[in-house]
Amino acid sequence: MSTIPALPSADAAPRPGPPLWLLAELTYRCPLHCVFCFNPLDFAKHADELGTDDWLRVLREGRELGAVQLGLSGGEPLLRDDLEVIVAEARRLGFYSNLLTSGVGLTPARARALKDAGLDHVQLSFQDSTREMNDFLSHTKTFELKGRVARIIKDQGWPMVMNVVLHRLNIDHVDRIIGMAHEFGAEYLELANTQYYSWAFLNRSQLLPTHEQLRRAEECTDRWRSQVGDRMRILFVAPDYHEGVVKKCVNGWGSTLLNVAPDGIALPCHTARMLPGMAFPSVRETSLREIWFESEGFRRYRGTGWMKEPCASCEHKERDLGGCRCQAWLLAHDAEAADPACRLSPHHGLVTAAVAQAAKTAPTEHPLVFRDAANSKRLSSPGPQSTPRACASRPPNA
Amino acid sequence: MSQPDAIAPGAQASQTLTAVPRVGPGFRLQWEPAQSCFVLLYPEGMVKLNQSAGEIMKRCDGRRDTAAIVADLEAAFSTAGLEGDVLAFIGVAGAQRWLVWDVPT
Repeated sequence: MSTIPALPSADAAPRPGPPLWLLAELTYRCPLHCVFCFNPLDFAKHADELGTDDWLRVLREGRELGAVQLGLSGGEPLLRDDLEVIVAEARRLGFYSNLLTSGVGLTPARARALKDAGLDHVQLSFQDSTREMNDFLSHTKTFELKGRVARIIKDQGWPMVMNVVLHRLNIDHVDRIIGMAHEFGAEYLELANTQYYSWAFLNRSQLLPTHEQLRRAEECTDRWRSQVGDRMRILFVAPDYHEGVVKKCVNGWGSTLLNVAPDGIALPCHTARMLPGMAFPSVRETSLREIWFESEGFRRYRGTGWMKEPCASCEHKERDLGGCRCQAWLLAHDAEAADPACRLSPHHGLVTAAVAQAAKTAPTEHPLVFRDAANSKRLSSPGPQSTPRACASRPPNA
Repeated sequence: MSQPDAIAPGAQASQTLTAVPRVGPGFRLQWEPAQSCFVLLYPEGMVKLNQSAGEIMKRCDGRRDTAAIVADLEAAFSTAGLEGDVLAFIGVAGAQRWLVWDVPT
């Protein structure tokens, strides 16, 4: 006699509302080679980019579904020379358009053209406040350029959001990072701790900060908040590895975000294409409406009906929806497991061990693996993975 | 001893009545058929407005002052005594930067 499995409750996978956030990853091409990039390791295999007409159709279909926010991302979206055409259509349709950029390629003339096309907002990412660290981490000479770009953004009257990805090699500079954002006149500053997927996962032992580093960074952030008040709002995104508490990934699988990758694959989150046994549809063949409401990939982890223990009977399951499926796959090798970053996960020891191990690892013991096409091809080719090409230089201030 | 707290709210209210509010820079107000409500869009975010907030915000066009907005709402909804609610909302919206206005000279 077998036990009767619990039936999923009727509202376990409710019909979702509209995909309010449409994230258009226009290209995987990028002039930077950031070691924490969440583009897939095998990005070089997906070089067949959607054309302009495809993107304009995706925007129209997204807007018809009720999408309001449009993220133009990548890679570096400024490498698309049809960006102005895409922005103009987004404006015509009533999207609020957000350009997520490293700033490389944003000249005053290009900024004016994008403003004229109706671009609403630019989010500029920085790697650090010191030129040496910034150049090291992004592997290019970009810091002075970003200072110029920040002024170009202000000159166009765009609200400026600065984004800095924090990790072990730059988190001790958070005071100067905030000071720099304040000097550039940013209205919002996102201090986002690295999330460990893709390239960041590969470099995790180098990038995980210690508990002590995090504590100091948060104290410093609080001091700045009390100084600058509402003039610059500072968002500190705490890392889930250290907190033991997980959040709804992308606000809930298939609930808010519809991500279209450069080659047209539609995903419920930026990194979902790493999950095994999932066939995500392409916008080349399938309408966004069918993708959102009907496709197996978007329905798979919607709601709570797919959960197993300890999530299925957990009092927090509606609050966190089991955390992140990609992290469950990466760490527990089971995409339906509880997110191991949750302290209630039976795999949580993997996370605490990684934090403890990183604290004991000298920053130069493992070479960082830079996100570039050569490393991507090597990492995604079959057979034994040889040592990825690493940067010969060392962190200047490590 | 002066009592600034006692007189400030009245002074602020009369100033706000002559202010000409408009949607703040970086924000956009629009009607969303898919959600059947007005929304306020800003960098990477959205506020869904309830009906009264939407009715007030859509009248904040940078041309009429708050007193005219109150009068227009009272006419549109055949009611009176909305001044307090409108001033309260505009105060909140100003603190959030959803609305801005120039201080009259």
